[in-house]
Amino acid sequence: MTGTTQLDTLARTWKDAHGGDLDLRLTDTCLRDGSHHKRHQFTAQEVHDIVEALDTSGIPVIEVTHGDGLGGSSFNYGFSRTPEQELIRIAAETAKNARIAFLMLPGVGTKDDIRAAQDNGGQICRIATHCTEADTSIQHFGLARELGLETVGFLMMSHTQPPEVLAKQARIMVDAGCQCVYVVDSAGALVMEQTADRVSAVVAEIGSQADVGFHGHENLGLGVANTVIAARAGATQIDGSVRRFGAGAGNTPLEAFVGVCDKLGWRTGVDFLQIVDASEDVIKPAMPEECQLDRMTLMMGYAGVYSSFLKHAGNAADRYGVSGAKILLEAGRRELIGGQEDQLIDIALMLKAEQDKAAANA
Amino acid sequence: MTKLTAAIVGPGNIGTDLMYKLLRSDVVEPRWMIGVDPASEGLKLAAQQGLEASHEGVDWLLKQDVLPDLIFEATSAYVHKEYAPRYEEAGIRAVDLTPASVGPAVIPPVNGEEHVDAMNVNMITCGGQATIPMVAAVSRVAPVPYAEIVASVSSVSAGPGTRANIDEFTRTTAAGVERIGGAERGKAIIILNPAEPPMIMRDTIFCAVPPDADRDAIVQSVFAMEKAVQEYVPGYRLLQEPQVDEPSAATQGQVKVSIFVEVEGAGDYLPPYSGNLDIMTAAAAKVGDNIARSVLAGRKEA
Repeated sequence: MTGTTQLDTLARTWKDAHGGDLDLRLTDTCLRDGSHHKRHQFTAQEVHDIVEALDTSGIPVIEVTHGDGLGGSSFNYGFSRTPEQELIRIAAETAKNARIAFLMLPGVGTKDDIRAAQDNGGQICRIATHCTEADTSIQHFGLARELGLETVGFLMMSHTQPPEVLAKQARIMVDAGCQCVYVVDSAGALVMEQTADRVSAVVAEIGSQADVGFHGHENLGLGVANTVIAARAGATQIDGSVRRFGAGAGNTPLEAFVGVCDKLGWRTGVDFLQIVDASEDVIKPAMPEECQLDRMTLMMGYAGVYSSFLKHAGNAADRYGVSGAKILLEAGRRELIGGQEDQLIDIALMLKAEQDKAAANA
Repeated sequence: MTKLTAAIVGPGNIGTDLMYKLLRSDVVEPRWMIGVDPASEGLKLAAQQGLEASHEGVDWLLKQDVLPDLIFEATSAYVHKEYAPRYEEAGIRAVDLTPASVGPAVIPPVNGEEHVDAMNVNMITCGGQATIPMVAAVSRVAPVPYAEIVASVSSVSAGPGTRANIDEFTRTTAAGVERIGGAERGKAIIILNPAEPPMIMRDTIFCAVPPDADRDAIVQSVFAMEKAVQEYVPGYRLLQEPQVDEPSAATQGQVKVSIFVEVEGAGDYLPPYSGNLDIMTAAAAKVGDNIARSVLAGRKEA
């Protein structure tokens, strides 16, 4: 490839492994990752309307759960306005073609939650662990396969580990029954070549037995770019959220990615004009505000902080009168991982004590 | 001075750490360490400390002419479920550090005296030992319709058993938050964090209490409980004063009490960051002491 760039090269396609006519299979996660941005306040009507619009535009998979997965409704992560199982049921009843996915994190949700989600019409069980803790998901993959669910594994905070570690962790998930392992850039901290190296390593390890996916965030403004590179490196399942509706600065904007795929000749089965209309007419009205690249969210990408910490850091900053950006930087320094939202309050109290001490000495 | 004799079954990290704690006891004498692997480091260390160390398993132990008064089980839930009936048949009391839940659960400063007569007591989970005292501290001065605990432990301190059975951890701990902690409804969350150097165990306890609850009484009760736990786990400490958030939509109309603790281990055998393991062995040693004192007092009377 000297001089010219071959934009349309895909190492692997969805249809090679599964038939049909899609090069890439897209999953929209407005109704799961967007739950963070929405502070878990989705109504039944909003879920119905969003699922209908996404389904009509051809999105093949729609994820619906509390932002922190099954069982996430809590003091630590925020209580759901509508029980997530009810939202899964509404989504499954509304979708005509799309499959409904749900997320669970071992240590937060349990096998009983997975059973309930399937009873409510969920078809794809996505199990997320921190990217060094894949062995906590073994019993859950076993159950999901036994129940006949399609399975996906999430290696969260993938920027924290080198490619070879991710490949080994992906192997643990696949051996446990996982059918697709995602490289998950939870902090929106990966820069393109880092994405490619990680996806390539996972493809090399498990590619002959399972799919590989990529889940990007926008905290450094690289969601679409990282996703294009991930697809070239062999990711055939792709996550995003229409209008970025997600944690932190939001997820890879799915409608933009669909447009890019059209230009590159990659078939996603999604109608670009319809998904753009859905973004304006249905998604935007359901969002409390746009997902923005601002001081707080940039800090997350820069310091490698779990995107869902955004609202919680903001709450703690307001409650104790300290800098939200400093809370996030300290969270990065402490190497907190997904799920440790409680520690943000401890950090805010520590910052407040420092602040009070400085004021007393001034 | 008379002591109850004890065998530790399972010479792994937990069993070995427990041995050092029991060696300091005034009322329990660890006399046997039982394993299945002749190359076990724990068996070697036990022999050095003058214990009778055997790699021939519990079957060997139960064939001896002199049997222990107490067995501390530090193997796995599977093994303990199989052997518990045989211990009982032989008249040996068991303190179970696995999640087998054969006998009633004990949290020393909450119900430590309640089950001294039981033939089998269970130590719940590390997260339960670290957090249930605080739930109880709140529930003894205010009704707690809901309590939630978040336990963060270092990845290296979470063994294969915990990893393979993480659902059992959340379920068992949540049940303990309700039954022993005194919350109407309990929830437990566990996080394994791989940061290096390893993080010290941290736990957060959230309790919902009614708007008219006595805040000062809650805070005082929490401080008193910190002291009670420190009696057997010196590295157990509140990181912050308990935080009280007034009712809002985010707290579902309840007052939210947040309690932050850190558990640093004594470093007997396990490294100090693994406070999650230390609090299990320290609590088991404390329960063993309670049982021994009760039995010895009974013998004196008789």
